[in-house]
Amino acid sequence: MSDTAAGGGELLSWDSRTRRVLTVYVPLALFVIILLFPFYWMAITAFKPDSEMEDYTHFNPFWIHSPTLHNFDVLLFHTQFPRWMLITVTVAIGSTILSIVCSVLAAYAIERLRFRGSTHVALAIYLAYLVPPTILFIPLATMIVQFGLYNSPLSLILTYPTFLIPFCTWLLIGYFKSIPYELEECALIDGASRMQILRRIVLPLAVPGLISAGIFAFTLSWNEFIYALAFIQSTGNKTVPVAVLTELVTGDVYQWGSLMAGALLGSVPVALFYSLFAEYYVSSLTGAVKE
Amino acid sequence: MDIAVEEVDAVAAWRAERRRESWLARLFNARPFLIVLCLAPAIGLLVVFLTYPLGLGFWLALTDSTIGQRGHFVGLANFVSIVSDPVFQLAVFNTIFYTAAATVGKFSLGLWLALLLNHHLPFKAFLRAIVLLPWIVPTVLSAIVWWWMYSPQFSIISYLLVNVLHLRSTYIDFLGAAWPARWSLVAANVWRGIPFVAVITLAGLQTISPSLYEAALLDGASSWQRFRFITVPMLMPILSVALTLSTLFTFSDFQLVYAITNGGPFNTTQIMATLAYQVAIPGSQLGQGAAIAISMIPFLIALTALNYFGLARRKWQQGPANE
Repeated sequence: MSDTAAGGGELLSWDSRTRRVLTVYVPLALFVIILLFPFYWMAITAFKPDSEMEDYTHFNPFWIHSPTLHNFDVLLFHTQFPRWMLITVTVAIGSTILSIVCSVLAAYAIERLRFRGSTHVALAIYLAYLVPPTILFIPLATMIVQFGLYNSPLSLILTYPTFLIPFCTWLLIGYFKSIPYELEECALIDGASRMQILRRIVLPLAVPGLISAGIFAFTLSWNEFIYALAFIQSTGNKTVPVAVLTELVTGDVYQWGSLMAGALLGSVPVALFYSLFAEYYVSSLTGAVKE
Repeated sequence: MDIAVEEVDAVAAWRAERRRESWLARLFNARPFLIVLCLAPAIGLLVVFLTYPLGLGFWLALTDSTIGQRGHFVGLANFVSIVSDPVFQLAVFNTIFYTAAATVGKFSLGLWLALLLNHHLPFKAFLRAIVLLPWIVPTVLSAIVWWWMYSPQFSIISYLLVNVLHLRSTYIDFLGAAWPARWSLVAANVWRGIPFVAVITLAGLQTISPSLYEAALLDGASSWQRFRFITVPMLMPILSVALTLSTLFTFSDFQLVYAITNGGPFNTTQIMATLAYQVAIPGSQLGQGAAIAISMIPFLIALTALNYFGLARRKWQQGPANE
């Protein structure tokens, strides 16, 4: 889209290519470098020995001269990291399954069992998404204590759906909308019950939506911080994000090596999971906003 | 004869079975029952763990509850005391500054990144996927990396500026003073928010018909005019939703600030959420903490209304509903 449309052929093509490099590729490369650099820095710090980590005059900080697994050894065998990982996975999977089941039923009722006020119910569920956890954690903490769930991962599995259900329900309403009514009507004429229709027709057709909602819910639960910080006190039951911040920072001397190793190991599962389904994730992120 | 009796029994049993089944089946096909059954789990969880605590939060804010002790009703005393508290006033200022600066930063840079990604590029899907990484990785874990990059002695950013680019002579004390610490937090938040804005905007850009640009080009519109009069209005509906969500979540942010500065130095980067946490949980003043958290609500409502009336309404003004 060059403005000098009537210029000479050779000159124009060279000119527009330099322009393209300068206005597209250079800024894009800078964006990618800046967005990814913290991960690079996290990864190389995790493999650096302590002597290199704080000595920039003898060693180039952008590279590792003698890589070591010492930080991972400390993390995996001298802290409760494997247990924190297990707790985080359990909480993420538990709350994801719970939210997906609730959301599928709610979205089906709102979109397909049309009833008076169904749009109001849908709006109310959407409004729930706008209530941030930071204004709920104090009263929720008192409730969790009363229910006897303090220090229990179950408290997280039960509270995470409050921000997962609104999102997943909206996503699934969109997917259910795209399934033709005729299919359901055929099944009704053939004598299928409503529940059979949901299980045998609607759900198989909504699989991409279920995957999107599932990944989104999983990454959000893995990411959650304030509830996990407020409801869990004992070292053994913490989730990875909370544990890395509260258990690995001890005293005044920060163990940057094991902190970075913890951050790396805590990020890798969710990044791997995301990379398998990146397209679904992008479509759910944009789909939900478009609705 | 025996066979006949057996057959009769079997038929009776089958009928009873069928009647029972049809009773259950009828229940499961009755719409009111189904609607209640389907909505109950979602609505139940939301009412118990969202609506009720919201109400309880208002109640706690009116009491002098502490951890382990049910409080008494004290009216608006908590609100009166926090409003005159300089730390709270500073937190309100910091929250507004943090939200405003971070939103401007992530939307302008995110929009730019989306426009760059909208060109024909090799490995576009791959680029879009890796660019989203800062948004996927748990915030606290990336915040710890930023904390390490902001270290006063071993900051890689200072190293780059001082030893490689020779732009400065001394290392920057990122988190040691009020304003550098605030800008450092904004930078980390913008870094995390750019991908979200970029990917959503990119999806919006891809729905704009190229024929609009061709028509504008024929009419002699400059590239700025094409951006201003085609791209921006066509993106507005999707941008307004993204802006609403982004400002709400930035305003109520907790983890990034908690991980990098924890409100320090001397409460100069304390935002409302971190202050509420500090007062309520480590400080055990549940009532006062709840009052701080509740006082975020008017701001959140104002932000939503501002976005809604300022941006979303344009969609209706453009003419008959396109949704």
